[in-house]
Amino acid sequence: MILLRLFFEFFKTGLFAVGGGMATLPFMYDIADRTGWFTHEMLADMIAVSESTPGPIGVNMATYVGYATAGIPGSVIATLGLITPSVMIILLIARALKAFRDNPTVDAGFYGLRPCSVGLIAAAGVLVVRLALLDTARYAATGVLTDLFNCKALLLAAVLFVCTRYVKKLKGLHPIVFILGSAVVGIAFSF
Amino acid sequence: MKKYWELFLAFARVGVMTFGGGYAMIPILEREIIDKHHWATSEELMDYYAVGQCTPGVISVNTATFIGYKYAGVSGGIIATLGVVFPSLVIITVIAGILTSFADVPAVKSAFAGIRVCVCVLIFNAVVKLWKKAVVDKATLAIFLAVFLLSVFLDVSPVVFVVLSAAAGIALTRMGVRGK
Repeated sequence: MILLRLFFEFFKTGLFAVGGGMATLPFMYDIADRTGWFTHEMLADMIAVSESTPGPIGVNMATYVGYATAGIPGSVIATLGLITPSVMIILLIARALKAFRDNPTVDAGFYGLRPCSVGLIAAAGVLVVRLALLDTARYAATGVLTDLFNCKALLLAAVLFVCTRYVKKLKGLHPIVFILGSAVVGIAFSF
Repeated sequence: MKKYWELFLAFARVGVMTFGGGYAMIPILEREIIDKHHWATSEELMDYYAVGQCTPGVISVNTATFIGYKYAGVSGGIIATLGVVFPSLVIITVIAGILTSFADVPAVKSAFAGIRVCVCVLIFNAVVKLWKKAVVDKATLAIFLAVFLLSVFLDVSPVVFVVLSAAAGIALTRMGVRGK
């Protein structure tokens, strides 16, 4: 039964997530909130693992979430659920690729969809920020505003931000380099 | 039969070598699909990739389905897709299994607390990259802000936003607001 639901949830994700791997994130958070199969913390870790292993990020996320929910059968079913709508849609439009690309209504629809996708990913990012950079529990207990911020984490975020965006020698590097570096910093400074 | 096996293996190789998804797969696809097997031309590949980006689902899966379909019909499309996801299934299942057994080790916990900080920055960078292609005028900025704020503060399924935004895109284009 859980496998059937898992398939359905990921089928929905595959059908509505437009714009690649990160676009599946808001759907994963939605699944976590509604089903309780996994926590926000687990999701953030899954993103890191999906980024640092071979394979498409969306597929990696589905496999990981499926495994966390229902073991090996779960990972297979979640992945199949995610790719089924893609395969059906592509097989349908492959016959009329040019007509699809040039259709003004399709183009107008995607004109609206693209900013929506970015908005949804940004909102999922807010959830990760709350988890990784803020300490909402401590703030709720003390009420002191400075207790809201996790200083060590904010400092690391600032360094990573500069390294991935502005340092010429570093910004082209694969995300795995930064992920591994952050893991080392996390252990060294006991985050 | 040999045709399908070749297709599966070629896309499994693409799956293993695509690290981080998205554009990372283009050079590998070019080598496997165009240079080695001649299953598609460079122009076709770009077309598939462009359509794969703007249709629902994972981009590399969409591209694999296109190429497989062109080379060997519907079953080709399905086999190429299974090929591209196969390595992920194996690798992630193994890693997930290992991590679940070590999740309570303090050092592993600290490592992942550090990694989560990095994930924030990676998501931010992804948003900036996608933003450049998506938010192109006032109307798309309004859609972005509306979706972002509503999904932060309300508990609404992303499906609702996706359907409404597509409809808004069509309506706004018809009204001639686009590009202003």
